[in-house]
Amino acid sequence: MNMAFRLRKKRVNRSFAGTAALFVFLAGVGAFMVLPLVYAINAAFKPLDEIFVFPPTLFVRNPTMSNFSDLFNLLTASWVPFTRYIFNTVFITGMGILGHVLFASAAAYPLAKHRFPMKKTFFTIVVLSLMFTPQVTAIPNYMIMSWIGLIDTYWAVIVPAFAYPLGLYLMKQFMEQIPDALLEAAKIDGANEYRIFWTIVMPNVRPAWLTLIILLFQILWGTDGNGFIYSEQLKTLHYATNQIIQGGIARAGVGAAVALLLMSVPITLFVFSQSRIIETMATSGMKD
Amino acid sequence: MKEMKAAKHSYILMMPYLLLFSLFTVLPVIMSLLISFTYFNMLEAPRFIGWQNYIRLFLEDDIFLIAIKNTLLFAAITGPVSYIACFIFAWIINELSPKLRAILTLVFYAPSISGNIYFIWQMIFSGDRYGIANGLLIKIGVLLEPIQWLRNEDYILIIIIIVQLWLSLGTGFLAFIAGLQTVDKTLHEAGAVDGIKNRWQELWYITLPSMRPQLMFGAVIQLTTSFAVADVSISLAGSPSVNYAAETIVTHLMDFGTIRFEMGFASAIATVLFIIMVATNLIVQKLLRKVGE
Repeated sequence: MNMAFRLRKKRVNRSFAGTAALFVFLAGVGAFMVLPLVYAINAAFKPLDEIFVFPPTLFVRNPTMSNFSDLFNLLTASWVPFTRYIFNTVFITGMGILGHVLFASAAAYPLAKHRFPMKKTFFTIVVLSLMFTPQVTAIPNYMIMSWIGLIDTYWAVIVPAFAYPLGLYLMKQFMEQIPDALLEAAKIDGANEYRIFWTIVMPNVRPAWLTLIILLFQILWGTDGNGFIYSEQLKTLHYATNQIIQGGIARAGVGAAVALLLMSVPITLFVFSQSRIIETMATSGMKD
Repeated sequence: MKEMKAAKHSYILMMPYLLLFSLFTVLPVIMSLLISFTYFNMLEAPRFIGWQNYIRLFLEDDIFLIAIKNTLLFAAITGPVSYIACFIFAWIINELSPKLRAILTLVFYAPSISGNIYFIWQMIFSGDRYGIANGLLIKIGVLLEPIQWLRNEDYILIIIIIVQLWLSLGTGFLAFIAGLQTVDKTLHEAGAVDGIKNRWQELWYITLPSMRPQLMFGAVIQLTTSFAVADVSISLAGSPSVNYAAETIVTHLMDFGTIRFEMGFASAIATVLFIIMVATNLIVQKLLRKVGE
């Protein structure tokens, strides 16, 4: 009887109390995650006296745009025009993403679909390199950068981004899902490997591009130059805004405005690409 | 050799990536290892001194011991907690309607994607009574005087752990959501027939084993980040923090590498961190293979 009941339901029992408890838990942690962001958003619209009101408030009472206009004034008065910082960050982010998607895809295709000597060794090294952070190699990296003369150029941030291991890894896992028959059909039609890569593989991995773009965007959008960039003209948005945030009490409102502007870009990007990203991640696992 | 010739196109396609990857990842790791056996200050040529850096690191450097203790504490708390949290939230969210699922994914993922805005926590734990934490606690009568949260050895570590947890539902979380969506629904039905009684058994015997690849991937990402805590510590507690209460292996490394220019010593620190990270990762992967058995 019991068995028949379960079959009809097709799923195992879920107690109501358990579900309720789970949702209370979910709501609690959700609040913990989101409240600091809500506070940041509201702070950006608070007049200065409201930021320093006791007791502190979460929501803004008399919203004002003055923080944004102050920010604007502050920036137009700065030595290097603010548009320059924006350009720098956009340039670094754009070039880094472009090169990474291209190079990582080109390297991922043979790894996913070809058989050749050293393949396993190479992939093992990439997986191993996922296991440590860039700080571990910061010092030799600086030396290498100065040998090849990239110190104090955009390229010191852009070129290493071409070869981040995470992108290659995700791309390879995704490409393994492309049916071999598709590639063989193209080969019979006389296409060479480069043509197959460019006209068949690349269009098929478009969802994975988006994931790579988002991941790299996060890293590059927030870069402060990694200690490689010194010239004021070449510094990034993140670096410039950090200076503002460190300005202390008088700049608290402007700092909040900056935070809002900085975080809104990646969040917007994620909202529009969410489903594609999760689709790619579904193939992201490591094989035993 | 003949095989390699036949695979010429594969190598050509991989060449640009391979070159840059070797130059910016493989070569630096090797260099770091070599430099760690030298005295090197960037001005003079490195001088070979054998194991001296390591001996000094473990026997004479008291602050490094604090750093190791703090880092292991961070990793032991934020690593498993964020990993399990990533999974639990992904698991709960997975059963919701697509729209609600999208919203909650954003809620949990937003902190880690919004760049370096963890300085918001500086406002929250600001030391005067206008800081959110102080303000609230004074208002409800828990505190009489504001606390200097970020200048007090007793609180710094806890605060950094909280902020690190707040930031930690990132790539691993997305991978888990994705992994759960790929679990074959018919397996659940088959499980119910085979006598699985509750959702916990279903989780252990069906869901977890089917998404083992994503569990591995998430573990690597989560562990690596929790061993590399530094930015949050420096941004909130300063560098050096009060009495080195928030010193981690990476802040210690930065201290010697970028401030004191003792490259050999800093490289020894990097090597130790590298070994700890890879070893822990391999152990955890081994443990994860046992899931569902």
